[in-house]
Amino acid sequence: MLYPDTVESEVLVHKPWFVGVMFAAIFALFLAFDLSGTLLGELMRPVIGEPLESGIYGRFAIAFVIAALFCLNVVLIGFASLRVQITIVWLELLLLFLAFFKTFNLSLPFMAEKLPFLVTQGLFTTIYVSAISIVIASAIAILGAVAKLSTNGFAYAIASFYTSFFRGLPLLMQVYLIYLGLPQLGFVIDAVPAGILALSLCYGAYMTEIFRSGIQSIDRGQWEASRSIGFGFGITMRKIILPQALPVIIPPTGNQFISMLKDSSLVSVIGVWELMFLARTLGQKSFQHMEMLISAAMLYWVVSICLELIQSRIERHYARSKIR
Amino acid sequence: MSEKIIDVRNVSKWYGSFRVLTDVNLTVEKGERIVICGPSGSGKSTLIRCFNRLEAHQEGDIVVNGIPLHDKMRNVAEVRKNVGMVFQHFNLFPHMTVLMNCMVGPMWIKGVSQAEARKTALQFLERVRIPEQADKFPVQLSGGQQQRVAIARSLCMQPAVMLFDEPTSALDPEMVSEVLDTMTSLARDGMTMVCVTHEMAFARAVADRVIFMNAGQIVEQGKPDDFFSNPQHERTKLFLSQILKH
Repeated sequence: MLYPDTVESEVLVHKPWFVGVMFAAIFALFLAFDLSGTLLGELMRPVIGEPLESGIYGRFAIAFVIAALFCLNVVLIGFASLRVQITIVWLELLLLFLAFFKTFNLSLPFMAEKLPFLVTQGLFTTIYVSAISIVIASAIAILGAVAKLSTNGFAYAIASFYTSFFRGLPLLMQVYLIYLGLPQLGFVIDAVPAGILALSLCYGAYMTEIFRSGIQSIDRGQWEASRSIGFGFGITMRKIILPQALPVIIPPTGNQFISMLKDSSLVSVIGVWELMFLARTLGQKSFQHMEMLISAAMLYWVVSICLELIQSRIERHYARSKIR
Repeated sequence: MSEKIIDVRNVSKWYGSFRVLTDVNLTVEKGERIVICGPSGSGKSTLIRCFNRLEAHQEGDIVVNGIPLHDKMRNVAEVRKNVGMVFQHFNLFPHMTVLMNCMVGPMWIKGVSQAEARKTALQFLERVRIPEQADKFPVQLSGGQQQRVAIARSLCMQPAVMLFDEPTSALDPEMVSEVLDTMTSLARDGMTMVCVTHEMAFARAVADRVIFMNAGQIVEQGKPDDFFSNPQHERTKLFLSQILKH
């Protein structure tokens, strides 16, 4: 939450000038499009007569109705409580999205037929690859952060070389380098382990920086208090510093998890049968690309929402000690 | 018969090329209460932070409770177990309840059972007169209460000596006395204490010896009565006249 202003002010969407401007903008926008040939024109038939012959009057009437309905909707939502507002706006935006997809004339039976395979093979592989990579990346990140904060020259040099290299190269190139480069050294590596390795190393580098800044954000006094009680470095780090750094670390780390989930689609270039790969291959056979791409998009989104929910739960957990 | 808890011999310390401590000699005996005062930047905090090696000294020897402090980590850890420290900014662990703050030391260092650690913690929270706050988080407490928790946390480790680094400087005036009362009662019970503080009334009432530091050196020391009524050194006279003016 932003800092809440204690001065009560009228809700913005209830101010006449705001409603007026909003109305004018929507009205002008829809006046620019001729919607008389669509479902809207059909619904307006009692008012405007034969839609296709209504001309400028038809356009005007349709735009007016849309603008009026929109403003009424916004003003009414303005009366609701915060939670209800959020829910309604979410649902409305979702409906608009569905309406948008509906214009693609997607073949639902085709989607329904392929969906189980898309989930059991594609989504499963995506989650499996991302989950393992996330665990490895977090482990690398803690080690990297400690190394980058240490006074040991070797540790610092290795860690900073690592973060510089893996943050500096495109992930796609890292995937190729590991899959095609390691066999040159004699390690023939399967596609899935290669993908996991590339993702872990890349995200480990980003998360090293996140963990480092999180650890640095903790007051020196905490170290001093902990060390003066007699705790060693390990206990101080695990029990005193990291638990306090987590609230700082978690939001950007949540970002990384979500972004990793989607970047795992890059390992499809080396032939891992994950969600993106399957969506493309399944769609190609019958030229129904859109169906498969949208299905995959929705699956990615659903999993991301799950991750968002988990993140907000964890954040709430760590907010405990801040309540006054 | 008297037992030396802290023995400081010819200690010097530099920050880069700047000399913060110059040839400091000091012994603290068991049961002694010592107050260190002096203008800011005189090295008094640095000195007591050397006693548990939050700061490293470069020359001389410091022996705490019979253990020489030098680079060996094992010795440092051993010394820290026996030395309690209270900081200006409390430095309680904000992610733990007050009770947990007091329990973790004995549990994780001495391997005391949770039940026993809890008993000890409650006993010392009682001692600093805030047992009813045990289940709150530090942010929910006032400054004075937090500092008393910090004192209890140190006491739970049953240290041989307590170091106080300006324990009342960050407190509202009203809360200073509750912390000083706690410290006074500790002193009455015979705890060995070294306090860096500007509370001269406390020094007068409690201290066995007052030490005045300036520019990294111990300029003058003596029993509080002599020290306050008859300071020898010019710098001490100036300091006392400044601090007691109001």
